[in-house]
Amino acid sequence: MKTVRAMVLVSSDPQSLLNGAEQVYQQLQSEIAAFGLEDEVSLKMVGDIGRHDAVPMVIIYPEAVIYGPVKPEDVHHLVEEHLYKGRVAAELQAPVRELSGRIAWLSARKGTLPAEKRVVLRRAGIIDPTSIEEYIIHDGYSALGTVLGEMQPSQVIDVVKKSGLRGRGGAGFPTGTKWGFVAGTKSEKKYVVCNADESEPGTFKDRLILEGDPHSILEAMAIAGYSVGADEGFIYVRGEYTLAQERLHHAITQAEEMGFLGENIFGTGFNFKIHIHSGAGAYICGEETALIESIEGKPGLPRSRPPFPTTHGLWGKPTLVNNVETLANVPPIIQYGPEWYGTLGTPSSPGTKVYTIMGHVNKTGVIEVPMGITLREVIAIYAGGMKPGSSFKLAQTGGSSGSVIPASLQDTPMDFDAYSRAGVSLGSGALLICDEDTCVVDLGRVLINFFRNESCGKCSPCRIGTQRSYEIMESIANGNAKLEDLQTLINLADSMNEVSNCGLGQTAGTPIRDILKYFRAEVEAHIRLHVCPTGVCEIKIPV
Amino acid sequence: MPKITINGQEIEVPPGKTVLEAAQLAGITIPTLCYHKDLSPYGGCRLCMVEVQGARLPMASCTLPASEGMVVQTETPKLADSRRTVLKLLLSAYYDRGDNANDGRENELIHWAKFYGVDIEKASLKAPRYEINADPNPFIYIDMNKCILCGRCVRACAEVQGRFVWGISERGFESKVVAGLDEPMLEARCESCGACVAYCPTGALENKLSIGMGKADEIVQTICPYCGVGCTVDLNVKDGKIIRVTSSPEGAVNGMRLCVKGRYGYDFVHHDERLNKPLVREYLLNGTQRPKGADRGKWVEVDWETALTITARKIAELRDAHGADSIGVLTSAKCTNEENYLMNKFARQVVGTNNIDHCARL
Repeated sequence: MKTVRAMVLVSSDPQSLLNGAEQVYQQLQSEIAAFGLEDEVSLKMVGDIGRHDAVPMVIIYPEAVIYGPVKPEDVHHLVEEHLYKGRVAAELQAPVRELSGRIAWLSARKGTLPAEKRVVLRRAGIIDPTSIEEYIIHDGYSALGTVLGEMQPSQVIDVVKKSGLRGRGGAGFPTGTKWGFVAGTKSEKKYVVCNADESEPGTFKDRLILEGDPHSILEAMAIAGYSVGADEGFIYVRGEYTLAQERLHHAITQAEEMGFLGENIFGTGFNFKIHIHSGAGAYICGEETALIESIEGKPGLPRSRPPFPTTHGLWGKPTLVNNVETLANVPPIIQYGPEWYGTLGTPSSPGTKVYTIMGHVNKTGVIEVPMGITLREVIAIYAGGMKPGSSFKLAQTGGSSGSVIPASLQDTPMDFDAYSRAGVSLGSGALLICDEDTCVVDLGRVLINFFRNESCGKCSPCRIGTQRSYEIMESIANGNAKLEDLQTLINLADSMNEVSNCGLGQTAGTPIRDILKYFRAEVEAHIRLHVCPTGVCEIKIPV
Repeated sequence: MPKITINGQEIEVPPGKTVLEAAQLAGITIPTLCYHKDLSPYGGCRLCMVEVQGARLPMASCTLPASEGMVVQTETPKLADSRRTVLKLLLSAYYDRGDNANDGRENELIHWAKFYGVDIEKASLKAPRYEINADPNPFIYIDMNKCILCGRCVRACAEVQGRFVWGISERGFESKVVAGLDEPMLEARCESCGACVAYCPTGALENKLSIGMGKADEIVQTICPYCGVGCTVDLNVKDGKIIRVTSSPEGAVNGMRLCVKGRYGYDFVHHDERLNKPLVREYLLNGTQRPKGADRGKWVEVDWETALTITARKIAELRDAHGADSIGVLTSAKCTNEENYLMNKFARQVVGTNNIDHCARL
């Protein structure tokens, strides 16, 4: 790598690409050449930088100035001002995200990036994801080196256990314990599977990691493979994530060429090979056993448990299935130690969490913050508050299968245990923030409709229960429901939770149950008064 | 051997058994729909849920391995409630036009619905979702309105018959059992063995020849006459006539399996043109010349002695006139091993030729 005085990064998430990031990049290339700056300035397309409010964005380091949205015709001015004359082109700058002094424990980053604590996203948007050299310069593969060179598999598992890392896919299962289960199962052959199917609506945290820092997942999988005794790994990537798949393929080739993957890694005799498997659009394939079936080439129907994948997984062999974000936490834990990791987040849920923010707020996008921050803080600080003239009514966490969080729980720390105690769940980290114009009946109907469409159909409570729940929600929205239907909804939600085969059916009724718990009066207004208080549902009063 | 406790009863279970199988060994019935002892466990119907001490939620006993020290309850008010809910849900997508009403055979879904006191009339779907009898297969009758998607047909076809005709297409509530790529069964490699019918717990798959034939007066267990395998068949007889043929798990050689002939090829039994006695050409009885041309004269009913004597005489004449190797013997898969052995003796020692073969090689 050459030494440069300035680094220009262009965001290349799908939205940026749609808005012309490619053309901006080409324009930058020719303008930099025109000013004769090729030797002093590096230019690269990076992944998703976590902000979508003004894309495509151009970030110029070392000043860390964010420009956006940048149009190809702005580029000449931008290069001339910033790179040639050395002045910030203020009129092209992206809107500044204000920081709040309230959370002093968040380490503020230089420039105008929001004050976050980036662990899993620390390289995303900063390095060139197609360059293994840049990854290595940013401490890449050093954790793998430490693990293979200095640690026994059991020591690695102890470190992960000690860190208190919990699964980031939604369930929050202790990662080290899971690794211990797989390591403790005797078998000639074991597998490590990275769940990158990320299909919860509104969740795209994993995509950022895969697109912006693909090597971190390869490194983490190799560490996991060494720890549990596996020599082969699969990354099951959501089919729509074509850019992520492309970058992973590229990264695997590079890592194999450099000897970080493949046979006899670092001369230690440890072998590890990684395959990419593309999903085909089924939500259910994010469920770990359906995902395993899908890799095996079968329809994505969840298996019955027990036996669990930790003993009978891919092709019947012990298999470790971890979410992308979970794995991305592993190399920094090895590098900086479990004690450091414990300084982030809360005692029961250490570390950071990546959230995707959507809805009626001023700024949507992605943030990575320590566990335990409250919803109120997220909205006020990172989302720039509610949209003008609107106020917070509820948030929906974790895609569809999370919970509906009313205003009364806005100050509950967002970690696994505090949420669980409050009877709600954190889910995958999607935060859909709704204002008072949102009708809960409409919201519930949309959510159950999603489950109805995505239920695999294997087990009867989920297959038919989601359909019947949807029909009731539809009749409430039309003003045709009866009050006793609400009890039927609760019964259906309970039965689906108790007897469904997998997490989809078990959580399908959760949003409706939450809605009936926190917003029952509003639902009843549809039935008793034939009125939708927010005016969203079109009620034709029955004759 | 692991010891587990079911409903307070301590049971020693051979390794590798599920909780459901353990319960069956102890004579405890757990309601099931998608389970069948011949098929791999599926865990789809969720009727066999049991409470396991220490588990957060009920578990499906058909897929749950019995492990040491497990404490299981199979019938609690809570479980009965959830079973009722599941049965009501299944019935809410179940429509029976009554094509095979009063056939005297137990529909497992209706059986359990009655057992748990579900109002079947009230819970059932009121109008069909699918066309009834839409498949042109001559033997298998399909009414997907009665299908509960237990997947037993899919597994029976794959695991018992090895034909892989059935599959489940679509997702969620739109899921349905289809042959091949949703095409007529016969185009999807179906050989009409009827295994799917035999394993269907609701009558969504039925024997087309027997629709509306009603209840059998008696079941006659016998051996299929078609081939030497000797499958056990249950003839369902009404008014002295076979109205359907079924297989039963008691079949020593075949279990629930039958082929298309054994299950559906019984129309010859009561056929007008069925031969009950041997026939020979009239000229052979008269000892006259074979008539010229295509018509070789009348058939005459004779006794076995006469027919066999004529056959033996003709074979002997041919051998004497043209040599033993002018004669060949073909035996049949319909014969038993012993019969085939005798034909071999007949060819080599009586006729004196090695020209013997078997239809299974043709």
